[in-house]
Amino acid sequence: MTMHRTLIALALAASLGVAGAAQAQEHDTPKPPAQKWSFSGPFGNFDQAQLQRGFKIYKEVCSSCHSMSLVSFRNLAEPGGPGFSEAQVEALAAEYKIADLDDKGQPIERPGRPADTFPAPFPNAAAAAAANGVAPPDFSTLAKARTYERGFPWFVFDIFSQYQEQGPDYIHAILTGYEEAPKGFTVPSGGHYNKYFPGHVIAMPAPLTDGQVTFDDGAPQTLEQYSHDVAAFMVWASEPHMVQRKRVGFQVMIFLIVLTGLLYFTKKKVWSAVH
Amino acid sequence: MSGHSTYQPQNAFLQWFEKRLPIGGLIHSSFVAYPTPRNLNYWWTFGGILSFMLGVQIITGIVLAMHYTPHVDLAFKSVEGIMRDVNYGWLLRYLHSNGASMFFIAVYIHIFRGMYYGSYKEPREVLWILGVIIYLLMMATGFLGYTLPWGQMSFWGATVITNFFSAIPGVGEAIVTWLWGGYAVGNPTLNRFYSLHYLLPFVIAGVVVLHVWALHVAGQNNPAGIEPKSDKDTVPFTPYATVKDGFFIAVFCIMFAWFVFYTPNFLGHADNYVPANPAVTPQHIVPEWYYLPFYAILRAIPNKLLGVCALFGSILILAFLPWLDTSKVRSARYRPLFRQFFWLFFAVCIGLGYLGAMPAEGVYVTIARVLTFYYFAHFIIVLPLLGIFEKTKPLPNSISESVLSKA
Repeated sequence: MTMHRTLIALALAASLGVAGAAQAQEHDTPKPPAQKWSFSGPFGNFDQAQLQRGFKIYKEVCSSCHSMSLVSFRNLAEPGGPGFSEAQVEALAAEYKIADLDDKGQPIERPGRPADTFPAPFPNAAAAAAANGVAPPDFSTLAKARTYERGFPWFVFDIFSQYQEQGPDYIHAILTGYEEAPKGFTVPSGGHYNKYFPGHVIAMPAPLTDGQVTFDDGAPQTLEQYSHDVAAFMVWASEPHMVQRKRVGFQVMIFLIVLTGLLYFTKKKVWSAVH
Repeated sequence: MSGHSTYQPQNAFLQWFEKRLPIGGLIHSSFVAYPTPRNLNYWWTFGGILSFMLGVQIITGIVLAMHYTPHVDLAFKSVEGIMRDVNYGWLLRYLHSNGASMFFIAVYIHIFRGMYYGSYKEPREVLWILGVIIYLLMMATGFLGYTLPWGQMSFWGATVITNFFSAIPGVGEAIVTWLWGGYAVGNPTLNRFYSLHYLLPFVIAGVVVLHVWALHVAGQNNPAGIEPKSDKDTVPFTPYATVKDGFFIAVFCIMFAWFVFYTPNFLGHADNYVPANPAVTPQHIVPEWYYLPFYAILRAIPNKLLGVCALFGSILILAFLPWLDTSKVRSARYRPLFRQFFWLFFAVCIGLGYLGAMPAEGVYVTIARVLTFYYFAHFIIVLPLLGIFEKTKPLPNSISESVLSKA
C-alpha cells in the first residue's frame, strides 16, 4: 500500500514539474471545443438519421474534391451504419460511373455496384493536387487521423472518461472556424484563414454555408448542423464497426468481471490453509 | 530447488510414454510441484501475465498475418481491410496493437519489481541478463511491428530509428543502406521488417524458456529477499501460484479489454491513420510510448553518435546491474535509503518518458539532460556507493517468520 502511494505521489510530482514548463509555451491555436456526440462513451451509438444527413453532405459537397476509397457502397447498408436499404444502395451505386474493362479488354465506364468502392474525384494524387493546390485528404480514415494536443493531465483522464472524439471535434471546429483574418495577419494567396487550423492558413476554402444542403427530415439546415452531421458520418466511415465493438466490449467486460470475482474467491479458498 | 519429480502417472499409456519421454514429469516438477516462496505478493504475478501476453500476441499475430500484405502500396489498405472486411478483424487488430502496449506495461512492472526486491542478485544474474535480452528483443519486435501498417508514423519512425546506425563513423551510411535494402526506407525495408517481426516473437519464446529454466534452477526471489530454508517457507506452484496468477491475469485482462473495446487508439498515434508519404514529414515524429524515455535520452545529447551510444547504453547498463549494486541485502524492504533512491529513479524514468513525447527544444532539453545524467548516475554512482554506506535493517530469520510477524 505504501509502495502504491509513493508511486503515485512521485509520478505526479515528476509530471507536474514538466507540465508547468509546457504551459510556458504559448499556443495561439485555440483547442477545438468538445461537442456532444451520440457515439461517445461505452454505450455510444450512431444516430442513423445523422449519418444519412452526413452522407448527403459528403455526396453533394465534399465528394467533389475528397475521395473515400476504402468505403464501399454496400457498407452503407451494413448494421451499425447509416441503415440504408439494399435497394437504396443498389440505386445509389448505379448513379456512379466506375472505370472497368469490357470482355474484349477495352476500357469502359459501367454503372456502380454495391461491392464497388466510392470512385475518387481525381484520377490520382498529382491531379488532385494540381486542381486544389494541395491534394484533399481521403475521407476513409480521416476522423481517426486528425486530432489535437490534449496535454497533461487531460490525456490521463481520457483513459477513464473514454474521450476519443478529438477527430470529430477537430473536424467540426475546422468547418465552423472560417473567419476574417485578424488585422496584421497576411493570408498567402490560395490560403484561407481558419481559427482552428494549426498555423491558421488552410488550403480548403470554407466548404459549407447555411442552407447549402437540403434535408428531408426537418433537421436545421445550418452550418452548425452540417458540421456535426458530416463529422459523425466521417467517424462512421473511419470506424464502421464501432457500435459492434462497444457492444461486444460490454459483454466481454461482464464476463471478465464475473471471472475475476470467481477466481478471487477460489484464490481466497485455496490460500486460506496457508495464511 | 528440489526439482525432483514425484510424478507417478496412473494411466498405462502415460506410464509407457513417461519411460520413453519424461515430459509429464518435467511439466509436473516445473508447474505443479515446483516450490514457490509463500510470501510472494501480486507484483510476482507479472511473469505469468507476460507469458499470457506473449501467447496473445503470437496467436493474434499469426491470424493477422493471414490477411496482411507487406507491400508499400497495399500494406495500409490491407490493414484497413482487416479492420473493415475481415470477420472480427477489428478485434484481432486492436488486440494486437493494444496487446503490444499491455506487454510493455507488464514488462516494465516486472523489471521495476526485480529492481525493488533485488531479484538480479546472486545467484540470479543469468536469469536477470536473460530478462534484459528478452526486453531488447521485445523492443525490436515492437518497433518492427509498428512499421507494418505503413502509416506516416510507421514510415517516419522507421526512417528515424534506422538512421541511428548512420552515426557509426565510416561505415554508418553503408550499414543503413544495407538495413534498408535501398537508398531510402521502401518496399524491401517493409518486406524484411515483416519477416523479422514474424521471426522475433519465436526467438523471444525461446529465450523465455531459458529465462524460466534459469528461474527454476535458482528459485524465485521474494519480498523478504532471503532464500527459503525449510518446507514451511514454500508452497507448491499448483494450486497456490496458478490460482493467484490466474486471478491477476483476469484483473489485467479487464484493463486490456478497456483499451481494446473502449479507447483502442488511445495508445496509438493519429498520424498513423494517414498513409505513409515520403514527401511529407510529420510535425513531430514520436515513437510508441514505451520507447519515450530512451528517445528523450537520445535527444538530450547534442552529438548524434554519443546520443545513440547513450540510448543503447541506457538499456545495456541493466545487464550489469547485478555487479553495480554492491549491497548484500536484496529487498528494498530492509534498505531504507535504497528505497528512496529507487522511487527517485522511477520518477526520473517517468519524467524522461514525458520529455520523450515533447518537442526537443528550450527548457525540455535542459530537463532531459539533467534526468539523463541522473539515470546513469543511479547505476554508476548511487548503487555502488549505497552498498558501502547504507545501514540496512536486520533481515528476518526465515520467510515464514516474516509472514507470521506481519499477520
